[in-house]
Amino acid sequence: MLGRLSWAAIPFDVPVVMIAAGSVGFLIFCVLALVTVKGWWPYLWREWITSVDHKRIGVMYIFLALLMLVRGFSDAMLMRSQLALAAGHAQGYLPPEHYDQIFSAHGTIMIFFVAMPFVIGLMNFVLPLQLGVRDVAFPVLNSIGFWLSAAGVLLVNVSLVVGEFARTGWLAYPPLSEVAYSPGVGVDYYLWSLQISGLGTLLSGINLTTTILKLRAPGMGYRQMPIFCWTALASNLLIVAAFPILTATFAMLLLDRYCGFHFFTNDLGGNPMMYINLIWSWGHPEVYILILPAFGVFSEVVATFSGKPLFGRRSMVMATLVICMLSFVVWLHHFFTMGAGANVNAFFGVMTMIIAVPTGVKVFNWLFTLYGGRIRFTVPVYWALGFMVTFVIGGMTGVLMAIPPADFVLHNSLFLIAHFHNVAIGGVVFGVMAGISYWFPKAFGFTLNERLGKAVFWCWFVGFYLAFMPLYVLGLMGATRRMQHYSNMHWRPLMLVALAGALLILLGIVLTGVQLAVSIRRRALNRDVTGDPWNGRTLEWSIPSPPPVWNFSHLPQVGRADWFWTMKQQRGTAQDRNINQTYETIHVPRNTPTGFFLAFFAVLLGFSLIWRIWWGAGLGLLGAIVVCLIQAWRTDGEIEVPAEKVAAFERLHGLKESAV
Amino acid sequence: MWLRVFSMTGAAMLMGSCSEGVLDPHGPVGKAERIILYDATAIMLAVVIPVIVLTLVFAWWFRARNSRARYRPDWEFSGRIEMIIWSIPALVILFLGGIAWTGSHDLDPPVPLQESAAPLDIEVISFDWQWLFIYPHEGIASLNRLVVPAGVPLRFRLTSTTVMNSFFVPQLGSQIYAMPNMVTRLNLEADQPGTFEGLSAQFSGDGFSDMRFDLVSMVPEAFQDWVSTTKAQGGVLDTSTVAELVKPAKAEGSQTYAQVSAGLFDSISSGHKTAVSPQRGQ
Amino acid sequence: MSAAEQALGIPDAVPLSLRGPAPTRVVAGYGFWLFLLSDIIIFAALFAAYAVLSGGTAGGPTAADLFDKKHVLIETACLLASSVTCGFGSLAVQNGDRTSTYFWMAITFILGVSFLSLEVSEFSHMLSMGAGPSRSAFLSAFFTLVGTHGLHVTMGLCWLVVMLLQVATLGFQPMVSRRFFCFGLFWHALDIVWIGVFTIVYLGAHL
Repeated sequence: MLGRLSWAAIPFDVPVVMIAAGSVGFLIFCVLALVTVKGWWPYLWREWITSVDHKRIGVMYIFLALLMLVRGFSDAMLMRSQLALAAGHAQGYLPPEHYDQIFSAHGTIMIFFVAMPFVIGLMNFVLPLQLGVRDVAFPVLNSIGFWLSAAGVLLVNVSLVVGEFARTGWLAYPPLSEVAYSPGVGVDYYLWSLQISGLGTLLSGINLTTTILKLRAPGMGYRQMPIFCWTALASNLLIVAAFPILTATFAMLLLDRYCGFHFFTNDLGGNPMMYINLIWSWGHPEVYILILPAFGVFSEVVATFSGKPLFGRRSMVMATLVICMLSFVVWLHHFFTMGAGANVNAFFGVMTMIIAVPTGVKVFNWLFTLYGGRIRFTVPVYWALGFMVTFVIGGMTGVLMAIPPADFVLHNSLFLIAHFHNVAIGGVVFGVMAGISYWFPKAFGFTLNERLGKAVFWCWFVGFYLAFMPLYVLGLMGATRRMQHYSNMHWRPLMLVALAGALLILLGIVLTGVQLAVSIRRRALNRDVTGDPWNGRTLEWSIPSPPPVWNFSHLPQVGRADWFWTMKQQRGTAQDRNINQTYETIHVPRNTPTGFFLAFFAVLLGFSLIWRIWWGAGLGLLGAIVVCLIQAWRTDGEIEVPAEKVAAFERLHGLKESAV
Repeated sequence: MWLRVFSMTGAAMLMGSCSEGVLDPHGPVGKAERIILYDATAIMLAVVIPVIVLTLVFAWWFRARNSRARYRPDWEFSGRIEMIIWSIPALVILFLGGIAWTGSHDLDPPVPLQESAAPLDIEVISFDWQWLFIYPHEGIASLNRLVVPAGVPLRFRLTSTTVMNSFFVPQLGSQIYAMPNMVTRLNLEADQPGTFEGLSAQFSGDGFSDMRFDLVSMVPEAFQDWVSTTKAQGGVLDTSTVAELVKPAKAEGSQTYAQVSAGLFDSISSGHKTAVSPQRGQ
Repeated sequence: MSAAEQALGIPDAVPLSLRGPAPTRVVAGYGFWLFLLSDIIIFAALFAAYAVLSGGTAGGPTAADLFDKKHVLIETACLLASSVTCGFGSLAVQNGDRTSTYFWMAITFILGVSFLSLEVSEFSHMLSMGAGPSRSAFLSAFFTLVGTHGLHVTMGLCWLVVMLLQVATLGFQPMVSRRFFCFGLFWHALDIVWIGVFTIVYLGAHL
């Protein structure tokens, strides 16, 4: 009746899990109770849950990512504390059966449910605003993509309480991930939650690529497009090209596990090495999907706060596209030690190094953007400088490991861990943090508290070095990754330093929450009345903060790159806006619960498949199809905003501006 | 005070890493790899350090409140600078690419080492979660302890009865995956006598952290003595022993076998049913 | 320049990239093309798997033992013919001709169903012979690659039924004809994939 599901699936005998689940459950209950008591459900349903507005969806992505950052970081704290304790003969407090799930969950969550939503959320919010248009190409699809990601998040978190998670590492290599060696539901949770959210990501990739290529303000050709849009384009092209490989590979593993196929099994002709090739063919482009938009953020931030255009714009674009293409021919550097032979290894090693060239060019271009600038040290600039200093170290250790014989002694060691955290934190996290503080005022109409923002930065910056520099050393000392305990006592002091670093980062995360609370409380003091708090260069700063649903009351006629900057030079100030223009009726897409309901049925489908509850799976599939059919017959997809309403909004905003 | 704390910690870390592990190799392979690590790092630091310094210098000098800095609001292109900033990374990569190419060929794991002495063949089989070492010509085997003669090239052939593992002795150099139903090859050598830590560098399940072994290198005469002693001590490695070893169990101590069935490694690496690991329980 | 753009009075001299947001029809088609490309990459991964595993017969039946050229030829004829009739149906949609739309799309549907039933009969024959997907890696790859294509055909046929219902209930409004355009792209793309399957799997087996 309920497949493999029974009360035994809940680990009542594991205190850590029960306490965590209990606390989170209680917290969720409190939040839901608060929302109910305050009567916020209609507002939330109308303005957020059913929203197809890219700005709302972007914020929801980032909110989801922040929540999952807490979950993923808790896993990191568990790992760091375990390793600080489990030296010599000590076994620590997390037995292998749990530790293995923790590091697998940590990696899976951080990549798929923190980094990806952060980056996609930023791109979602910013792209139409920078492109000078009203929304993305497919607003309903946008909502569906978000909610499918949320469905994946829910499934992964349910695995903490009901059943178990994969114990295979975040990429689930076979044969370990095959039924013979992972007979439980852990790998199934992993596979189904990623298939569902992967579909959401793919839809997002298609949506944003189409938006950038087909929906831009008049006069905005490729040469006039902001650099963030270029990096977003490269990133979304990579999503469209790479995520299907993940889908296909996971489908093959699912067929092995559910239907007894032999793609990657140890017997009857299966080939585990093929999985490794396929998964990294996705995996390498994935890291560029994450880093390219971060590079875009830094380009915008450095240019804006230096008060100069980005240096070498054309070569930046060229470098971005080169990285985009090359990212598909380097995948083997993730497994030089699998024994492909000297020629193959050397080829991929050289190709990997070649990718470092355009990346190096970008760093120099940022450097020369700073040169001759008038730099304002705002929080985004802190993150940008922190990135420039930190990322080059990570890039260096990456190029080092791109030399196959060097990799032969460093593969899978803590040196590798330090390298990819170096580029992921120094690059992606710093970039997202810069982007959030940069665009926050545009989204919410007030700036974030600067002092706390700088405190957050220093916690992350110093914390990162304390947490990961020891790991480089440990890797060189012969420490491998995914150890639950170790016998070499020389390693322990370094593990303790790493724990201290992690605690500092924890403080940074806590302070982020404090910063949000304080900023919201003091928002009246930090209002962004003009819509241009940073003296920006691109179009998103030419509209009010927060923008109206329709973004631009008139689509701008763009003349050149950094068009808003030119507009300001020509007209004097941002406030010199002609408020007596004529306005037309604007069509705006109508909200729909389609995305939310699809995600509901996706969770039902995924959970049922995991536990082999076949009627539940059928119900989930049927429900999803019905929701799609209802959406297909919807003919009232748009709302008309009458010209008078647009005019009234513009008048009000003009009054607010001139009152300053 | 903080500067002192940090620099002492840093120095301690560096010194720590120099006295064990990858930066303290005891064999020609590891030594060649260490040279590559040092050379490549030095070359890259020559670019990375100036970049970091320039970043901080530019940021500081061109801060808004510095009236002495010249503000160039329209300076966004310079052909000369473009040429330099494309050339510097390109040249570095050209050089390192050369190292990568020659290094990959010279240090490719199956490439035999310079024959200073007659090489010793060793067959390696990974289990859940132990390492078995078979000496095919000596007709003996050892579990979780790899005894070898110093100064003799070691020719490894590796396979697995279970999931992927990676055979790694950091102080001797390169690692290589051990995979089911196939054979990988590795060549290493220990310069002098000593005991070196060995491990699996590819996560393979619950017993992974204990899947360690010692590589003990002895002078060749001592090694011959060890071989004779092992032959005299008894223990048989045949398909039934393998069937026992295949059952998932964490590594606990080492053991030797005086007799080894012929062709055992070959039959395991070609995927015969007796060697297939049974399903692991929850 | 499209009719829509002509109507808007945009001069020929302005390049496409500078004309502002593209019309909905263009955007929808473009997005769907991207989706098709992503779908083709799924197939590319399955083709790669098939190529790697085609030798992994584990002592069981090989491709040469199993595939019947005549059977496949008829399957191919059905599918390719259905693309032709789909083309006629698309023209009918563009012309707003209900009867022709129903007629040509119905034939497309029948040809699609014929293709599927031939494929199902091939699969069930192989299963009854003990040459199912769990027999060997080669068979796993075969069933997955060909089966995924068949699954796409099935979904296309369901989509076709839905589209015909939409015509019946909503008429030929722009939303409906946009969706028919996307359906046409989908159906023709399946043909292209089938040609790949036919060549690599079935013809490749006899080399």
